[in-house]
Amino acid sequence: MDVTLTREQTEIVRQVRRFLDNESPMKYVRAMFDDQRGFSDRLWAGIAEMGWTAMRLPEEFSGLNMPFVDLCLVLEEMGRALLPGPFFSTVLLAADALVQAGTPAQKAKYLPGIAEGKIRGTLALYEPDSGADPGYVRMAAEFNGNEFVLSGTKLFVPDVQCANFIVVAARTAPACDSTKAISLFCVDLPDERVSIAPLRTMDGTRKLFAVEFRDVRVGEESVLGQLHEGWSSLRPVLQRAQVGICADSVGAAQKSMEMAADYAKIRIQFDQPIGAYQAVKHRCAQMFEAVESARSLMYWAAWAQDEADPQEAALAASSAKSYCCEVGTSVSTSAIQVLGATGFSWEHDIHLFLKRAKANEMVLGDPVYHREQVALILAG
Amino acid sequence: MDFRLTPAQEEFGKGFTAWLEKNLPENWDTSRHNTFDSWEKEAEAHRRFNKRLFDAGYAGMHYPKEYGGQGKTLMEEVIVLETLASTCFELKIAGIITFGMAVPTIFVCGTEEQKREFISKALDGSHIWCQGFSEPNAGSDVVNVSTRAVKENGHYIVNGQKIWTSFAHIADYCILLVRTDPKAPKHKGLSYLLMDMKLPGIDVRPITQITGASEFNEVFMEDVRVPAEMLVGREGDGWRIAITTLMFERAVGDAVMGGLFVRNIRNMIHMARHMKRSGRPIIQDPVFRQQLAQAYIDVKILKSHGYRALSQLLKGGLPGPEGSISKLLWSESNQRICERALNMQGPSSQLMRGSPWAIQDGMWQHLFLRSKGNTIEAGTSEIQRNIIGERVLGLPKDISRVSRQKEI
Repeated sequence: MDVTLTREQTEIVRQVRRFLDNESPMKYVRAMFDDQRGFSDRLWAGIAEMGWTAMRLPEEFSGLNMPFVDLCLVLEEMGRALLPGPFFSTVLLAADALVQAGTPAQKAKYLPGIAEGKIRGTLALYEPDSGADPGYVRMAAEFNGNEFVLSGTKLFVPDVQCANFIVVAARTAPACDSTKAISLFCVDLPDERVSIAPLRTMDGTRKLFAVEFRDVRVGEESVLGQLHEGWSSLRPVLQRAQVGICADSVGAAQKSMEMAADYAKIRIQFDQPIGAYQAVKHRCAQMFEAVESARSLMYWAAWAQDEADPQEAALAASSAKSYCCEVGTSVSTSAIQVLGATGFSWEHDIHLFLKRAKANEMVLGDPVYHREQVALILAG
Repeated sequence: MDFRLTPAQEEFGKGFTAWLEKNLPENWDTSRHNTFDSWEKEAEAHRRFNKRLFDAGYAGMHYPKEYGGQGKTLMEEVIVLETLASTCFELKIAGIITFGMAVPTIFVCGTEEQKREFISKALDGSHIWCQGFSEPNAGSDVVNVSTRAVKENGHYIVNGQKIWTSFAHIADYCILLVRTDPKAPKHKGLSYLLMDMKLPGIDVRPITQITGASEFNEVFMEDVRVPAEMLVGREGDGWRIAITTLMFERAVGDAVMGGLFVRNIRNMIHMARHMKRSGRPIIQDPVFRQQLAQAYIDVKILKSHGYRALSQLLKGGLPGPEGSISKLLWSESNQRICERALNMQGPSSQLMRGSPWAIQDGMWQHLFLRSKGNTIEAGTSEIQRNIIGERVLGLPKDISRVSRQKEI
């Protein structure tokens, strides 16, 4: 048992923070918040050069084969900086699905390009009737004897505007049990039968889209993993992505707390800094408790994805996803309160943190969904 | 990063669990909170059980052998305490001050003679300790202690009153905070004594708490003669040593309390399978399921956070910022868990031990009430949050405290 960062891990954190301080300052985040594409090629190339798109890829596909915990440390810093762009969609969703379930040919086709920063991908999962349940997939992929024909609407697809391919979850069998009915497909973009429409979202750091599939035809070579068993392939991928989002929320909450505490030290009212009043001081202390609790839980969940048995990994992912993301929202909300009217202004950065935190809370299963997953494992 | 125990530690844990199964008191029910008929019986059970632990080599795992310990690491100690907490927490309650405060303080700050005299006798169950810090006018503001100790012919003559002194009625010794220099600034005039509770002039009067039990007491001291060699550290060092004591109390709290909560959650699930609401098992109720999951998440926060803090200690570091939230974490999550368990019972939540139809013999009613003390004892939540706000986040003290400190 040793729940501390190694010297190498501390160095990773230092490197990421320095890079993002220089390359993705709040000025850049704000520009991308309003930008339709949402990131610059220069920054994406820099991220790839730092090796962060390759961290989890196997060595034979230009990857670095690093532990998942290390990626989460990078993601925590990205959350702290509110890094905009397709890192989440490409690295945590599309690339990880390929690593988990791809054939050697599929991996060879996409992964080296992802490592080099030349290829980006995303995942199309949610549908209009899914609600908070990422496992609710009804879109059909019918086999016509030759090809699969995909038709239907996917919602909340992240950063598809810049994706070279999209992993799509669709039904290939009528079974009620979703673990025996869903298959995954890789669809290259652009495709004239795939149309995308931007959604106008609260958080502008990750763009979301509605994606319409109109009789999109793909061959058997595009099936990712076993036919009908896409959910089994996807589950560990989603779990890791959920934990990655936790790391992002912890980083964003940490920064929110720091902004509030720094302000409480210098803002004078009634002749003393507001941080001297217990009403404010204790609010800040509670932010600290929440952030540190969330970080400990996230470390456990990150470690569990690589090292623990599948049940513990699932419990840890759902525990962390519900708690850490709620902390992200509550801490940024609390920070706005400490900052007062300033915190309510567009000019102050804190609202960007609340918006990212809220998006994190809802993506890949909301807290209620994840607590039910925990209850299912504990009590059946 | 690794949350797993080493194979040797796993093996040690298994060995201890196997030993424990054979050595619990007769008719002990590990699935629930056991109660004792009287304090005498509880103290007796505590002493007897500690003797067994000691004889089997499971007491004070991380203390050196020359003081009666086992010369292993804090990790083995935590494994033992966690296992005990999840099977027989009640047997260790009477020793909370002994093992959480007295022994670690004597080990770090005591003289060689004090270490030899007291550590092994605490470990083998011979001595139970109580904590004489709080006074009627020194609660959260503990530096306000006014119990006087005057040195005279090789003794400290102690006069004054302590209150909320847990276990004073069964204790053999007391860690006592006294004022030896009333002219010095408040926090510099305090000293730390080890007081034999059998000395003449000590009067212990129990206080009944909201559970109906009396864990704590008032302690009146009139010309009590404490030998001068019972001073810990130097005269005037009392405040620094008291703070050290409080830090120890907080350091291993999370991991150990995590063990207790594991049992509580097992119990909640058991209750939910057997109790009904509108004729349906509560376990199927979506609101209950959310609460159960949150209780589990609370436990996992305690455990992962405790392991994080413990890792720092094992590497020789001091408890970092993560240590400062331990007390808040376990006390508030224990209250939430007890509250949820009680709420599950609906109108049955009113039924106390001994009542017809009482659930699990009213155990949750006791735990619910007892948990209300958790956010008060050993530093209130408000004091903890002052500490975090000021020492960790660097927020300023409020003006009244700043000006008072200037005065002294």
